[in-house]
Amino acid sequence: MTDNSVPTKVIYNDDVVKLFTLATVFWGIAGFLVGVLIAAQLAFPQLNFEPFLSFGRLRPLHTSAVIFAFGGCALFGTSYYVVQRTCGVRLWNDKLALFTFWGYQIFIVIAGLGYLAGVTQGKEYAEPEWYADLWLTIVWVCYLIVFLMTVIKRREPHIYVANWFYLAFIITVAVLHLGNNMVIPTGLMSVKSYSVFAGVQSAMIQWWYGHNAVGFFLTAGFLGMMYYFIPKRADRPVYSYRLSILHFWSLIFIYIWAGPHHLHYTSLPDWAQTLGMTFSIMLWMPSWGGMINGMMTLSGAWHKLREDPVLRFMIIALAFYGMSTFEGPLMSIKAVNSLSHYTDWTIGHVHSGALGWVGFITFGALYYMVPKLWGRKELYSMKLVDMHLWISTLGIVLYIAAMWVSGIMQGLMWRSYDDMGFLQYSFVETVMAMHPFYIIRMLGGVLYLTGGVIMAYNFWRTIRGDVNAKEQNLIPQGAAA
Amino acid sequence: MSFLHKHQKLEKNSILLLVCIIVVVLIGGIVEVIPLFRTATVIEPVKGVRPYTPLELAGYNIYIREGCYNCHSQQIRPLRDEVARYGHYSLAAESMYDHPFQWGSKRTGPDLARVGGKYSDEWHTAHLKNPRAVVPESVMPSYSFLAERGARLYDLRDHLSALRAAGVPYTDDMIKYAEPDATSQAHAFSDNQSAIEERYGGPLNFRDFDGNPMLVSEMDALVAYLQVLGTMVKFTDYEPEIQPDMGASHD
Repeated sequence: MTDNSVPTKVIYNDDVVKLFTLATVFWGIAGFLVGVLIAAQLAFPQLNFEPFLSFGRLRPLHTSAVIFAFGGCALFGTSYYVVQRTCGVRLWNDKLALFTFWGYQIFIVIAGLGYLAGVTQGKEYAEPEWYADLWLTIVWVCYLIVFLMTVIKRREPHIYVANWFYLAFIITVAVLHLGNNMVIPTGLMSVKSYSVFAGVQSAMIQWWYGHNAVGFFLTAGFLGMMYYFIPKRADRPVYSYRLSILHFWSLIFIYIWAGPHHLHYTSLPDWAQTLGMTFSIMLWMPSWGGMINGMMTLSGAWHKLREDPVLRFMIIALAFYGMSTFEGPLMSIKAVNSLSHYTDWTIGHVHSGALGWVGFITFGALYYMVPKLWGRKELYSMKLVDMHLWISTLGIVLYIAAMWVSGIMQGLMWRSYDDMGFLQYSFVETVMAMHPFYIIRMLGGVLYLTGGVIMAYNFWRTIRGDVNAKEQNLIPQGAAA
Repeated sequence: MSFLHKHQKLEKNSILLLVCIIVVVLIGGIVEVIPLFRTATVIEPVKGVRPYTPLELAGYNIYIREGCYNCHSQQIRPLRDEVARYGHYSLAAESMYDHPFQWGSKRTGPDLARVGGKYSDEWHTAHLKNPRAVVPESVMPSYSFLAERGARLYDLRDHLSALRAAGVPYTDDMIKYAEPDATSQAHAFSDNQSAIEERYGGPLNFRDFDGNPMLVSEMDALVAYLQVLGTMVKFTDYEPEIQPDMGASHD
């Protein structure tokens, strides 16, 4: 507080942001790679290597690596970047901030090694066992403290909208994590624990957690990212202040209710299913409120989309966000869900959100931050950014189209009857029918991974201080925002 | 707009903002979760549902360890084709001792809620060792190592105790004899079968599930678990026998 009297330039703590940025790129490529491997295993089961590298153990490794390692590091890094710049102060307590970096990396490694060894709670997206969860709780509380203290000592009178979203993400993830991980270990020296909840209750609590891991980890946090980096890159103010208030509060209120749509037609009581469906449909509105607010920020600056591939990343991300937040409510309708549930349609839906929205908004933010963090004028190559964009977009299109076809096909095959009134297909016939689509999906994943590697190369050259000589004269005006 | 002016209070006070966020996100969870703990209306007590035997529990833990839930559901929905394919739709009581539930979310492989008794032990063992030897088009990984690895039985007491703390009605005797009971269940001719069946209240599967009498393997445990799935409740005329009062496990 002593430097309040000195209105000169604040020196931001960008060291920790740099670490998280590098970790984001690293875990992203690792997570995509495991994704490609498990996609290949479903097409070619010979690629399972028991006991450590079988699909059942690698799938949690993939989901955790992309959600919590890639996505998590991106959220840590960008939130630290954004909160300093929108509050006009240096990040509170360098040491604690650095601890959140190493603490979080340790959590990722402990959890990941555990999966390979078969240590898991067996709850999707909440697989880490009790000791890893305890460690994460400590790290997360430190994260909240660093973030909140920085907001508290801000010099700006108002808390910027991006920080509302980051704050909602941090605090709600803490609540979800504690609620869903109430377990009893079988011993202090044992890695195994049992959930205190069973059956119906454990299902409801798991999907209260699981859906809001999507809602708050993969949505609210990344909307915070969107609210800073799109206006910055487009050099325009946020489209509507009123809309941001409205969609922030309605989004965080409604999201929490949507969990039961993962449990349609199960033993969960009907009233809970109906409630989950109703709120899931309502959720369409605040979701699109955020999308419109981001898109319309480009009003009067649409031409920049033609010139700036980084901005293109961010806007395509919003398009995917809009698409998957329309698809989600659709799939939560019980009649639709009776077809889509248990099939690849769900996997396709998740990936249009994860690859399209979460991935692309992160890539956009990273492309924006990296030159600034390392004090370079621009990225090494804008052409490579463009190449990354189109290769990855093609990858996503292949992925989600393949999953739509295979998912809907499988759902229809399960429920088709022959003339005699018997089920027409045995289960394994539906498995065979999916084979070509599993190969297409794998190719989509390979393209997306390739895009990630191109980005890593571009960053490496940028950080080294290289500038692509051929592009020097071609750099468009808009790219220098 | 007055509402915007009021909102400025939140934008200027980080603690107030934090508190409001917590209140807003808690409402939905409270409304949906808390009523489920009035179990009387949520879980209809059904005759036959009992806690897993120690060997079955060891199998349940292998099922979780290997991530079987990633590809197999254990929840038959009350839809015509599912009931035709898998059997009677799942009842809430049937998973009341699963900590946590294994309903799954994806059917890369078929539903397993009622797989018990549908295939022989030999089929399961051969299938787990190499799925494509039995079902050539299968994409399931092979788990041949399960047959060679001894099941972890020595700390089953701790497992039963932890589950009792979580509400599963394991008795003192069940906990005390957890390890020998598990060993006995993996053999066809153990002399304490009737004592174990009395403890768990009903007929149990006593067999050498994997066909190797020299070892109580992880294969034994997993097959014992698979063979009990969906078999605890007897469906006569597709109507489960509802018990008039609570206490489904102590009949």
